[in-house]
Amino acid sequence: MTLRSYIVSRIILMIPMLMFLLTLVFLILRVMPGDPALLHFEKGVNPEVLAAFKARLGLDKPLWQQYVDYLIGVFHGDFGLSMQDFQPVTAQILSRFPATLELTIWAMLFAVILGVFLGIRSAKNYNTFEDNVIRIFGIVTYAIPVFFLGMILQLVFGIYLRWLPTGGQIDPRYQVEIDRVTGMMTVDALLSGNIRAFVDAALHLILPAVTLGTVLCGIFIRLTRTNMLETLRQDFVVAAQARGLADSTITYRYALKNAFLPILTMIGLQFAALLAGAVLTETTFNWDGLGTYLVDRISRRDYTAIQGTVVFFGLLVMLVTLLVDILYAYLDPRIRL
Amino acid sequence: MSDLLSIRDLIVEYRTRRGVARAVDRVSLDVEENTTLGLAGESGCGKSTLGRSIIRLVPYPGKIVEGEIVFDVGKRIEYDGQAVEPGPTDLLKLPEEAMRRLRGEQVAYIFQDPMTSLNPMMSIKDHFVEIIREHSPETTEEEATERAAEILGSLGILPERMTDYPHQFSGGMRQRVMIGLGLALKPRLLIADEPTTSLDVIVEAQILDEIAKLKEKFNLTMILITHNLGVLAQHADNIAIIYAGRLMELADTETLFENPQHPYSQALLQAVPDVRKPDKKLAWIPGAPPDLTEPLPGCMYHPRCPQATERCRTEQPMLTKSPSGGIVACHLYS
Repeated sequence: MTLRSYIVSRIILMIPMLMFLLTLVFLILRVMPGDPALLHFEKGVNPEVLAAFKARLGLDKPLWQQYVDYLIGVFHGDFGLSMQDFQPVTAQILSRFPATLELTIWAMLFAVILGVFLGIRSAKNYNTFEDNVIRIFGIVTYAIPVFFLGMILQLVFGIYLRWLPTGGQIDPRYQVEIDRVTGMMTVDALLSGNIRAFVDAALHLILPAVTLGTVLCGIFIRLTRTNMLETLRQDFVVAAQARGLADSTITYRYALKNAFLPILTMIGLQFAALLAGAVLTETTFNWDGLGTYLVDRISRRDYTAIQGTVVFFGLLVMLVTLLVDILYAYLDPRIRL
Repeated sequence: MSDLLSIRDLIVEYRTRRGVARAVDRVSLDVEENTTLGLAGESGCGKSTLGRSIIRLVPYPGKIVEGEIVFDVGKRIEYDGQAVEPGPTDLLKLPEEAMRRLRGEQVAYIFQDPMTSLNPMMSIKDHFVEIIREHSPETTEEEATERAAEILGSLGILPERMTDYPHQFSGGMRQRVMIGLGLALKPRLLIADEPTTSLDVIVEAQILDEIAKLKEKFNLTMILITHNLGVLAQHADNIAIIYAGRLMELADTETLFENPQHPYSQALLQAVPDVRKPDKKLAWIPGAPPDLTEPLPGCMYHPRCPQATERCRTEQPMLTKSPSGGIVACHLYS
């Protein structure tokens, strides 16, 4: 099998996954209690007015008709109009996404770098005090709820120490000074050549990214530690020692390189957890991304917006998993196709 | 000729939950320059542990408890701003960094299983470039590649296969690569730990012949660890018979095969088929090797020895000169 046919078959496999996701999201929203139209009115509204409003939202049509309309829309890249403010959902998602992307990239980098670094130290100092401290740290951070950790960090670094801002993406002063090009504050500040705005945006980014990253790093610590211990016991590591190679060469070029493939797989799998964590982190830190958007729209029963965001998240996860698989095939000479 | 390696009263122990297992028990050996010493014994008798002790890489939880391993250092070893001068040096007293530089450069070690001894994520060429540049950083990548091609060529591997990865090679080819890596820095001592055990007999014969040729070419001294006495008959100058961590007998190959002194050596040789005597009935040694965590008083071999006396059960025999000219640890000769 060539790499191309492998990628094509993986993409074809994504179609049933996507169909399943679309259908599930649609149905779950419809069986959920609550009526999106009712939320727009006071109690005891005139039934005729309510019916007219439902017709405007398309909620008067039979369920199958709504489903078909929704599918046709999605395949045109159109998630429909919001049931809350009647704006196109696709545009709303795309305007909120860069903020989430900025947060998740830094959180993931923080999680992977810290997790792999601590995992290596843990494995190399197997069964020592340091190993145990790192393992406990990994378990605690894995178990801690992201919003709880967020609030603790806000309290310590924002309130007591006053080192870092506790919410938002940038000080309002700078917000008006920079042009919105990518939607990512740090990037936009740099593009505007405004260094002070960049520093401010970066400072705003630290707490949310560290919070989300810390919660995710536990799994990378454990995974790196286990895989490093496993590969450090392999014959080729002993053979490398017998050739007099330096300890760092053996750790990185032999053990880590071989232990990294499962870590890479986990990065792909953790991407879903990352987005879920982003929803809570954004809410905690008042971060104006897709997470706060989703939470806000769920509370308002905005079917189209929820559908759109969840499907968008689903697509992202599928895409990242696909990328990881391709990268895997590229990195491992044994399955290089 | 002088001794390249002298081991004196070496004790290596594994501290396990079940107790302390003494895998090497006061072994003393000399290996003369340009000779091949065969280490023979049953599985688990400590012959690999002995080999690994020489490069100080005893597998966890093993520990060298006492003894001396004096190696005649051939080339000055520089490390961390200090240096080890050429000449006989006790390896057990060297700092780890000096030891690391010695490994691969002056003492090479070839392992039993070539299938798992190469890094699956690195090409063959990179393995060579890495070890050559690790020990002489001034070598350029081109020079290292050239040297790799030369070594692999002498082992029958074409230069165009150098960029291939380990999984693209057969077991025999991988062992050739391992041998090439071992010899890349022209070491003085090569320790081959069952280098052909996992290969079929034809490849085994080829590889052993190649090792023998390279030994001539590079003036190598070799320690060949195996449980295959046939291999030693052909390739070893001297043979040490190890049983339960102790040296039982040491003699030159011809003497050992023609006139084995120790009852254990005799029993081992009885168990080897001989093509010249197809009617020979193969003998076997009743019983099993002792549990090393519960050392026996007296001779470790006494429960299985047909000639054991009361003295063998209580008093440990010391190594003495044997009538055939070698040394032997048996009360029959003391």
